[in-house]
Amino acid sequence: MTNIICITCPKGCHLSVDENNDYAVTGNACPRGEAYGKNELKNPVRVVTSTVRVEGADIPRLPVKTDRPLPKGKMMECMALLDTITAQAPIKVGTVLAANILDTDVNIVATKTL
Amino acid sequence: MKYDLVIIGGGPAGLSAANAAWEDGCRSICIVERDRELGGILNQCIHNGFGLHFFKEELTGPEYAGRFVEMLKNTGVDVRLDAMVLDVTPEKEVHIVSSASGYEVLEAKAVVLAMGCRERTRGAIAIPGTRPAGVFTAGTAQRYLNIEGYMVGKRVVILGSGDIGLIMARRMTLEGAKVLACVEVMPYSGGLTRNIVQCLNDFDIPLYLSHTITDIQGNERVERVVVSEVGPDRRPIPGTEMVFDCDTVLLSVGLIPENELSRAAGIEMDARTNGPVVFENMETSIPGVFACGNVLHVHDLVDFVTAESARAGKAAAAYCAGVSLKNENVLDIKNGNLVGYTVPQHIHMDAEFKAVDVFFRVRAICHQSKIVVKDENGTQIAAFSREHLAPGEMENIKLPRVLLDKAVGSITVSIEEEK
Ligand SMILES: Cc1cc2nc3c(=O)[nH]c(=O)nc-3n(C[C@H](O)[C@H](O)[C@H](O)COP(=O)(O)OP(=O)(O)OC[C@H]3O[C@@H](n4cnc5c(N)ncnc54)[C@H](O)[C@@H]3O)c2cc1C
Ligand code: SF4
Repeated sequence: MTNIICITCPKGCHLSVDENNDYAVTGNACPRGEAYGKNELKNPVRVVTSTVRVEGADIPRLPVKTDRPLPKGKMMECMALLDTITAQAPIKVGTVLAANILDTDVNIVATKTL
Repeated sequence: MKYDLVIIGGGPAGLSAANAAWEDGCRSICIVERDRELGGILNQCIHNGFGLHFFKEELTGPEYAGRFVEMLKNTGVDVRLDAMVLDVTPEKEVHIVSSASGYEVLEAKAVVLAMGCRERTRGAIAIPGTRPAGVFTAGTAQRYLNIEGYMVGKRVVILGSGDIGLIMARRMTLEGAKVLACVEVMPYSGGLTRNIVQCLNDFDIPLYLSHTITDIQGNERVERVVVSEVGPDRRPIPGTEMVFDCDTVLLSVGLIPENELSRAAGIEMDARTNGPVVFENMETSIPGVFACGNVLHVHDLVDFVTAESARAGKAAAAYCAGVSLKNENVLDIKNGNLVGYTVPQHIHMDAEFKAVDVFFRVRAICHQSKIVVKDENGTQIAAFSREHLAPGEMENIKLPRVLLDKAVGSITVSIEEEK
């Protein structure tokens, strides 16, 4: 049994998810909470936002993000990979800086035009 | 130099006001921004979660700001960067200083105040202890890390559970720091639930509610902090001390609207919001001077800043075009049970509008409640039910003209809990 908070709406129900019983969810005030609870335990994903080194710009860091959510367990690996990237200005928002990272279909994209 | 409209501050509030005023036909607009770029605080908010309401997608801060900067490029709005506004007079002269053109006075027909807010600092809340290096506001640490590329510490304790502190807990952890605890004096968090979950719980960072830092120790640099539980009176309870070895303390203890200019101009202020008192069109007590965004009241969602500021921009454009509202037939909005403040505080009943959006914060967490609006006779003119209300989340209600027309005297917004 794992206890989590539903973040689908501001109410923030405290959910209990039973891994040993087909991820049955209790504590949810609505069906959206059930879907959230199941997903959070079976396949939790997160968008990672950070910065990478940039050359040729007024500022030393370029903000970036993963263009879609990444499995939660790969966040730290993703951060390590970002340390190896150096972008070159001028660069446009949305430019792909690394494609299909860590055997996923997730790309690292710039979030600012420099 | 003369302009119809001068906007002070180029954050999301100033950008939205400029775009809206331009759209409504105002062709002589200048934005004055003290930073080297437009975008305001959003430039350092590299996390996502912006724009869900406005663009229906989740953007990062720089992406959200970038969209408005792009829109501005298609207008003829003048932008002065690296230019600081020193003074605004009631006659709407805006005194500015910049390295490019020295001291200048801009004469305006209308002014929009969009200066945002700044963080409460350690002095403002007075923590006991020595004064070592390593104590930062969360926003300062955010700027160092996200824009300049410096880590401010390795072992961190965060005081306050405001959104900036929570965001920084995750950010510092991802960058390799150890965040030992987030300490909040109130029995509830000041931040959004999603930030508690995705910034603390994801990384097993403990949140100590009803706790505070009672001592900061260290000679040159912070070496440890003492955290104690507090009672209902918010005073530390002896015997509950915990010691954390850390080199950094981040403060996320709230924001204060930056209103030195507004006060000096003689604009009427609201002690509850720390911002100007405004009408439904965002006009302050000085006709032709408008306020919007964090300078008016602290917002958690930039989408609401954009919407509010567009209203200010439109009203400023109308003022420049000669529409001025008399402060005669005015309906006041008062705060009732559990309501901390409202924006706007007054409504020009002579103005043309279909409905007025009223924003407010509650003073405690409320479950299954009704937001009730009554007039001076106690007649209920509107009610809205809510399953959940929290001080950390700004609420809003829409009051249609037809209902407001029925109100006698002033109206009062209050919360009634349905037990
Ligand atoms: C750290 C942090 C995290 C946030 N996270 C989120 C989030 O996840 N989602 C979300 O929707 N919202 C979030 N917000 C809220 C949102 O970013 C703000 O509400 C919004 O940026 C406020 O816009 P503003 O234009 O009023 O103020 P600001 O962005 O602060 O802009 C004010 C501008 O005015 C300029 N200025 C001030 N005084 C002068 C002067 N005298 N002369 C010239 N220029 C001046 C400043 O330099 C600044 O650029 C966050 C806010 C912060 C601080
Ligand atoms: S379970 Fe439903 S009501 Fe409860 S927080 Fe989730 S979405 Fe909201």
